Amino acid sequence: MSRLYGARGWAILGACSLVVFVVFPLLNLAVPPEHPLHLSAFWVTLAGKIMCYAMVAVAMDLVWGYAGILSLGHGLFFALGGYAMGMYLMRQIGREGQYQSDMPDFMVFLDWKEFPWHWWMTDQFWWALLLIVAVPGLLALVFGYFAFRSRVKGVYFSIITQALTFAAMLLFFRNATGFGGNNGFTDFKRILGFPITTPETRMALFAITGAALIGTLLLARWIVTSKLGRVLAAIRDAEPRVMFCGYDTMHYKVAIFTLSAVLAGIAGALYVPQVGIINPSEMSPANSIEIAIWVAVGGRGTLAGAILGAGLVNGAKSYFTVAFPEYWLFALGAIFILVTLFLPRGVMGLLEHLPGASRHPSSTRRGKTA
Amino acid sequence: MSAAVHAQSGFGAGGGSAAHVATGGLDTTHGVVLYLDGITVSFDGFKALNKLSLSIDVGELRCVIGPNGAGKTTMMDVITGRTRADSGTAYFGQTIDLANLSEAEIAQAGIGRKFQMPTIFERLTVAENVELAMKADKRVRRTLFHRLSSEERDRIAESLRLMRLEAAADRPAGLLSHGEKQWLEIGMLLVQEPKLLLLDEPVAGMSDAETERTAELFLSLAGKHSLVVVEHDMAFIGKIARKVTVLHEGSVLAEGPMQQVQNDPRVIEVYLGR
Ligand SMILES: Nc1ncnc2c1ncn2[C@@H]1O[C@H](COP(=O)(O)OP(=O)(O)OP(=O)(O)O)[C@@H](O)[C@H]1O
Ligand SMILES: [Mg+2]
Repeated sequence: MSRLYGARGWAILGACSLVVFVVFPLLNLAVPPEHPLHLSAFWVTLAGKIMCYAMVAVAMDLVWGYAGILSLGHGLFFALGGYAMGMYLMRQIGREGQYQSDMPDFMVFLDWKEFPWHWWMTDQFWWALLLIVAVPGLLALVFGYFAFRSRVKGVYFSIITQALTFAAMLLFFRNATGFGGNNGFTDFKRILGFPITTPETRMALFAITGAALIGTLLLARWIVTSKLGRVLAAIRDAEPRVMFCGYDTMHYKVAIFTLSAVLAGIAGALYVPQVGIINPSEMSPANSIEIAIWVAVGGRGTLAGAILGAGLVNGAKSYFTVAFPEYWLFALGAIFILVTLFLPRGVMGLLEHLPGASRHPSSTRRGKTA
Repeated sequence: MSAAVHAQSGFGAGGGSAAHVATGGLDTTHGVVLYLDGITVSFDGFKALNKLSLSIDVGELRCVIGPNGAGKTTMMDVITGRTRADSGTAYFGQTIDLANLSEAEIAQAGIGRKFQMPTIFERLTVAENVELAMKADKRVRRTLFHRLSSEERDRIAESLRLMRLEAAADRPAGLLSHGEKQWLEIGMLLVQEPKLLLLDEPVAGMSDAETERTAELFLSLAGKHSLVVVEHDMAFIGKIARKVTVLHEGSVLAEGPMQQVQNDPRVIEVYLGR
């Protein structure tokens, strides 16, 4: 019954795919470095990183924009996916670390003789893939089950998700936890045997991230245009009514929260090999709040808005942190306040008012409530 | 009586003659669909319901009246699982103990409820509201893969026609008038195909004509469904009333035909005589 994109939406998606899969590879790999049109590794990595953020934003929009659940712990799921990938990348270093040991440097430094139990099988890529999905997914499933069963709602849910990511950060800061303490993982050398910093590997990671983002968007779109999507929007609008219609809303909330966490974890796993580092600061409460800001800026309950918001805010952030590093947090706060006051439906709401913009008769797009 | 005709063809839930048959897990062999016994609910020491006992027969249309704060809404909250009773028992049919079921399970068992404040999904369209309420397998996976069949489309259209909301089908439900929202919620209730309908102040905010049609609709539903109607609008009650229960301070003060209840001196004192 509800559509999400008209012909224009699909055209934009096609154009973006063209840029990611054709224009970027050509300008980066085929155009020689001394040519003015050459796209440097810096831009490829920046764009790749932002696409990872955009994936988390879409995941966030599913739970917040559609189901009305404001999770302020999505940075944790992102980081867990990143750590799962990071463990594999650490194993891929082999004996090329400073201490020329089979163990990662930080373990040698701590004088550990063998891998802790949770490093079991992490040299296997397929196992890493499993962890990337299973760890954030299981955590969200268990946490969501208890939270939603106890009918924890609204701001209380937001606060306990903040507490969860904060607690995890403290845990990961400890050396004894076995994740490299406050330094986390870095100095990766290879992925699947390929050297990780060559332009070709970079471009491959970039293209895979692009495909994952498009896949995430299409999956999310399929969900929100299904009857399930309408039930989620109904839960957001009037949860008791949904229950008295015979839906067990707890199951719906657990399901969408878990799926969202898995998507965030996959984004984190794609992020780590591109930026070359993962450490506990990714779990800081502020990171999770930033994710919510991207979605609010782009426009809740629109999916495309989440991508747009992640791009705009992170684009601005990249500029600010170079030009005026001290002022970024003030700028972020100002953006958030302005959007909340003047653009309750985000940039997408603004775009709809442009002349010639197509208006679709979909109701599920209009996300406003928290 | 066009409403009655539509109701008959569209929403004939279960068997035609509902009395004394066990349908889909609901055992009404003794002709009782709802049985409350000694229900007490207190909020911080204040007893909103005080040893309330009540039983509703299969196919009955029962009106419940009582002054503000008498406990009418709280009674519906207990029946639908929203509030748990401190003591007492609530049975749906002979065998279903409502205390053991969640809100969703109670709804699936066949109890539908209209809230005192019209509660609909404001940002979904009118048709989508009806779609979500419609009887179906309401588990997560089934809902994800569910596609509207043409039969279901027909039933949505039919329900909208009955509620006179066809023209508004694709508009966000939040844009409806108060009375139209009440109708939409009643329509959502009917497509759920409940055996027992609980209606909390269904005609509040309706025009006279709308109230009139609602009375007709309820009368046509009685027999096939069991109804409990809470209302303050005495003219409306007078139109549909058969047996009336008067609640006061959380218990039943009087029960019987409208005429008898209206002349009961205790009722006049606490309620009608004010
Ligand atoms: N959640 C609650 N917490 C505290 N007190 C409550 C709660 N719900 C209801 N009450 C109190 O219980 C009493 C019964 O309320 P209830 O809503 O059932 O009355 P009612 O008969 O439906 O009244 P009305 O005709 O005004 O709708 C009232 O005094 C009300 O203030
Ligand atoms: Mg009430």
